[in-house]
Amino acid sequence: MKIIVENEKCIAAGQCVLSAPDVFDQNEEDGIVILLAENPSDDLTDNVEEAAALCPGRAIRLEK
Amino acid sequence: MSGAGHPIGEVVADIPNFPMPRAAGCPFDPAPRLQQLQAEAPITKVRLWDGSTPWLVTRYDDQRALFADPRISADSSNPHFPALSPGLKESQQQGQAFIRMDDPEHARQRRMVTARFTVRRVRELRPAIQRIVDGLIDDMIAGPKPTDLVDTFALAVPSLVICELLGVPYADRAFFQRNAKQFSQQDTTGQRAVEAQRLLVNYMVQLIDEKCANPGNDVMSDVAVRVRNGELSSDDAALMGMLLLVGGHETTANMIALGTVALLEHPDQLAILRETDDATVIAGAVEELLRYLTILHNGLARVALADIEIGDCVIRAGDGVIMPIESANRDAVAFPEPNRLNVLRPARHHMAFVFGPHQCLGQNLARVELQVVYGTLYKRIPTLKLATESGQLSFKHDSLAYGVHELPVTW
Repeated sequence: MKIIVENEKCIAAGQCVLSAPDVFDQNEEDGIVILLAENPSDDLTDNVEEAAALCPGRAIRLEK
Repeated sequence: MSGAGHPIGEVVADIPNFPMPRAAGCPFDPAPRLQQLQAEAPITKVRLWDGSTPWLVTRYDDQRALFADPRISADSSNPHFPALSPGLKESQQQGQAFIRMDDPEHARQRRMVTARFTVRRVRELRPAIQRIVDGLIDDMIAGPKPTDLVDTFALAVPSLVICELLGVPYADRAFFQRNAKQFSQQDTTGQRAVEAQRLLVNYMVQLIDEKCANPGNDVMSDVAVRVRNGELSSDDAALMGMLLLVGGHETTANMIALGTVALLEHPDQLAILRETDDATVIAGAVEELLRYLTILHNGLARVALADIEIGDCVIRAGDGVIMPIESANRDAVAFPEPNRLNVLRPARHHMAFVFGPHQCLGQNLARVELQVVYGTLYKRIPTLKLATESGQLSFKHDSLAYGVHELPVTW
């Protein structure tokens, strides 16, 4: 799985950090998403899918 | 509402009025008519107090799609923007904070304050929030009983926290709590809502001036820097401050008090919270209570900027749209047995913080506050109970944020 984030759509809600803290973080300056792992391991798939589904800015896209 | 003079064509006879009343004796459930429309006419016209007829969208999937749709605007200066009450109509014609703006200006202003509301920054506040909650419970136990939980605890927790975060003196709480309540009251006349807003905005203008002179480590000092640098007008800054202050205490206070009522009425659910030390269980219970109670009730307003096809309908450019998130949160498609409070169900996909670019800025702060409160209060006072008949409680039907006016408790 490959993750693509669109920073300009991110609203810094932090939903992705709650779902998949090993994969997403927020920057210090304005809370915008930081992608920690572009190709996360398979055991994180459920968490990453939840993060993408819950993202209110629809800023997270998954390619399989 | 019967009679002549309906503004639009053939379906007029059946246009229901909005907002819709909850059923007597079911204070936690949305209006029965909302759930009926969700099943039978999920996107339909309703009539507001001023005779206007926006669309009412009641299903979870439709609301999510529309809240995230860039053709849907939150800009209340749009002449077609629906006004849900006379008070809101008047206050919408005054200046508005970024919650009532569209991108890119909305995003520009919002990003000025998001740094202090990230998951990490809010988690760092947890020990301080725990101390506040412990201290208030100590005072409550030492004080007289029965006591009003709204006053002694539910309002105090988020007010103390937001004051600390924004840099607002807690000594001013009587002033801002009173005016926030006035501003939120939908049956308030337009004039009183505008007056409350004026007082709060003036207060913020003064506070920002003080922060310019004596900056601290707080959100309003950050905002003051933006004003001094010419990135934000003084009016926008004051409206932003008011939004954060009102949004930061009213909503969470209602969640604490109404959540306690709901749990006392569902002792099996309360027992789960009281007996667990598992942070994941407590966090899950917070999400379920946010869903079940959906205190931001009676509909969020939007206006379409272009024609939008959705379901069997076309929402035309310039049409108003009303989305009651309390009905989305009771949609069986998203939540099986939606009318059952079940603190163990997965509920994080609820709409209580709305969806799309305007999703609640303070959501993670609210989460931590509620986790600490629900994880502490019922353990510290395991015999907590209502000091009145539950039928005697007075609910905030006409307020922007639903809840109870007072909550007499004893133990």
